Amino acid sequence: MALTQEHIQLRLSEKFGDLVSKFESPYGMLSFEASKDQNLKVLQFLYDEADLNFQFLTDITAVNYPDQPGRELAVVYHLHNLKDNVRIRLTVFTDILSPDVFTVSKLFSSANWMERETYDFFGINFVGHENLIRILNVDEMDYFPLRKEYPLEDQTRIDKDDQMFGRG
Amino acid sequence: MTEAPEGYPGEGFFSTRLSDVVGLARKNSLWPLPFATSCCGIEFMATMASHYDLARFGAERVGFSPRQCDLLMVMGTISKKMGPVVRQVYLQMAEPRWVIAMGACASSGGIFDTYSVLQGIDQVIPVDVYIPGCPPRPEAVLDGFMKIQDLVGQESIRRRNSDQYKALMNSYGIE
Amino acid sequence: MTEQHQHHIKLPEGSIEKQTTTLNVGPTHPATHGVFQNIMELDGEQIISTVQTVGYIHRAFEKLAERRPLYQITTLTDRLNYCSSPLNNMGWHLTCEKLLGVQTPKRVDYLRIIIMELSRISDHLICNSIMGVDTGAYTGFMYIMQYRELIYEIYEEICGSRLTTNIGRIGGFERNFTNTAFTKLEKFLKEYPAALRELENLFTRNRIFMERTIGTGPISAERALNYGFTGPNLRAAGVDYDVRVHSPYSSYEDFDFTIPVGKNGDSYDRFLVRNEEMWQSLSILNQAYKKVQEFKGAEAEVFHADVPEYYLPKKEDVYTKMEALIWHFKIVMGEVDMPKGEVYHSIEAGNGELGFYLISDGGRTPFRLHFRRPSFIYYQAYPEMVVGGMLSDAIVVMSSLNLIAGELDA
Repeated sequence: MALTQEHIQLRLSEKFGDLVSKFESPYGMLSFEASKDQNLKVLQFLYDEADLNFQFLTDITAVNYPDQPGRELAVVYHLHNLKDNVRIRLTVFTDILSPDVFTVSKLFSSANWMERETYDFFGINFVGHENLIRILNVDEMDYFPLRKEYPLEDQTRIDKDDQMFGRG
Repeated sequence: MTEAPEGYPGEGFFSTRLSDVVGLARKNSLWPLPFATSCCGIEFMATMASHYDLARFGAERVGFSPRQCDLLMVMGTISKKMGPVVRQVYLQMAEPRWVIAMGACASSGGIFDTYSVLQGIDQVIPVDVYIPGCPPRPEAVLDGFMKIQDLVGQESIRRRNSDQYKALMNSYGIE
Repeated sequence: MTEQHQHHIKLPEGSIEKQTTTLNVGPTHPATHGVFQNIMELDGEQIISTVQTVGYIHRAFEKLAERRPLYQITTLTDRLNYCSSPLNNMGWHLTCEKLLGVQTPKRVDYLRIIIMELSRISDHLICNSIMGVDTGAYTGFMYIMQYRELIYEIYEEICGSRLTTNIGRIGGFERNFTNTAFTKLEKFLKEYPAALRELENLFTRNRIFMERTIGTGPISAERALNYGFTGPNLRAAGVDYDVRVHSPYSSYEDFDFTIPVGKNGDSYDRFLVRNEEMWQSLSILNQAYKKVQEFKGAEAEVFHADVPEYYLPKKEDVYTKMEALIWHFKIVMGEVDMPKGEVYHSIEAGNGELGFYLISDGGRTPFRLHFRRPSFIYYQAYPEMVVGGMLSDAIVVMSSLNLIAGELDA
């Protein structure tokens, strides 16, 4: 029997009840939301169950929604079931003042650097990660550049005139 | 074959200026250090290959050790993390040394006007020739290389000890 | 720069050294293909541990993309895996078309496949010939670069640029392929198989190359899947996952090709998988070229779909029709709003599954764009692959993985 989106939704709702919500299917990919402390449990469930079998982690990233108080940062996991060729997306929201999310690097080895990159760009603290330090930016950087509040350009550069670049 | 410099020929001798002879020898045997970081590095590989052959200008032996090279070719984007590394490599080179900034990113930051990219390597080391382009065509690289050859051929022997050069080095914080 | 990790590393039993040597295979080194650093602890020649540092060419693509409308982001995608820029460009166009709901005509799909397979060949050529250089054989590289020049000439005929191509537009191509482009393609298809056969003869059964690459840097299929490997590295480990077959895009389902799969996941298998993939790409190219030639008459002039919001109208229409003028103005001034939505699309790039996660909030530029870069993800497995082996094997493994710095850091 092919793995359908209704089946996945049914199994998740049976196991987690209200903790998973907002099931949607934009552009054909099932997306849902889980509460912050359940992320590892949901991913473990999706990994272990024989009929769900989501054993390939495609991507982890984060998004900054500055206009949603209490839910400013979202961690997005993309998973892939290679046997049945089904992809799903799990989003976990956290607030910007205490952005602590459990790490999934014990379950998926590929999550190691992906979580470091997410920490580097957004400042999300992955609880339990063995080596959560900056990976792409310089070590001395003291802010999290991809948050919407920070500008793209380096403010200390002297040779580019913002007026001429239409950003004055 | 290259042309002889100006001078007075005679029976069994040829007198000319020392700087001309030294310049002639240097410019036809430059040893480049390809400091390739990104896309311009691939275009440099195409320039070194047989179609656009850089070796016919004397740059046959590319070395990767700064101690043995006299031309530092910085190709590609230099980020703030990489800046100290470029400077370190430049400092390890022995005089006389020249620098080519190949590509828009090395000349001025290129399309990457961002927080993490150094807006041109002339923020950290002095540059002799800039080759614009993203990436520059191999012909442009050869043209830039020929300009370096002109600079090398006409350089005065006293240049590296002159006050002007010392002032330039001091402005970069190099002794 | 980076902290040295002073773990008091225990030397293995029977070692004749008194302490480990720390070797910095630094950002500038002839063997690193691009700038990344490995700080290795060695016991003589054997590697005890290695720690990688990346980010030496971090150019903040994701932040830069939040500032640009969709068609300007193509130039950023060029510079991800710069050995095969057209693949990245096509992947981005496919993502935009998924967001906008655009269906491209068959001829556009086949032309796109021609471009994508050409760039896959050029990417694998660099990787395989540089593997030769790293084991000491410079000839293969010098010889095969001549054929990459032929591929560059084809790109130049179509889009004007050799390396960072910005090829194609949302909906198709900027102009129809000229007859010269097809002539150059035919020349390539005729001359290239002989060159590839010579490259194979140089390396595949070469005793020295085999001794240097067999058994180095092995990884099992389970560990590779756990590490998120995709592309030739995963296929060399034994898993036949190829996005072109799993979720076909751009009419790949109309073509007949096989996926080469290796056994041990070591460097020799990776070399062989890439080599065989080049033969498969050549077969797809021949099929695609034949299919394109079957379009006759008016159909042979079709080179883009109808996407008025993102595809510049013809100049004759701009000067005579009002709507075309308005669309031209809106596109050039960047005043077109995108539909709201969240889309993830991936393609089989030279190194594996290159994914684009695009969130649009209805504005003119993306709200968030994230690139799922295969090199970044599989470089994590490097310590597991080289620890216990020799230093020279580590260099061969690094070059067999095809790490491109632009894709590593983005």
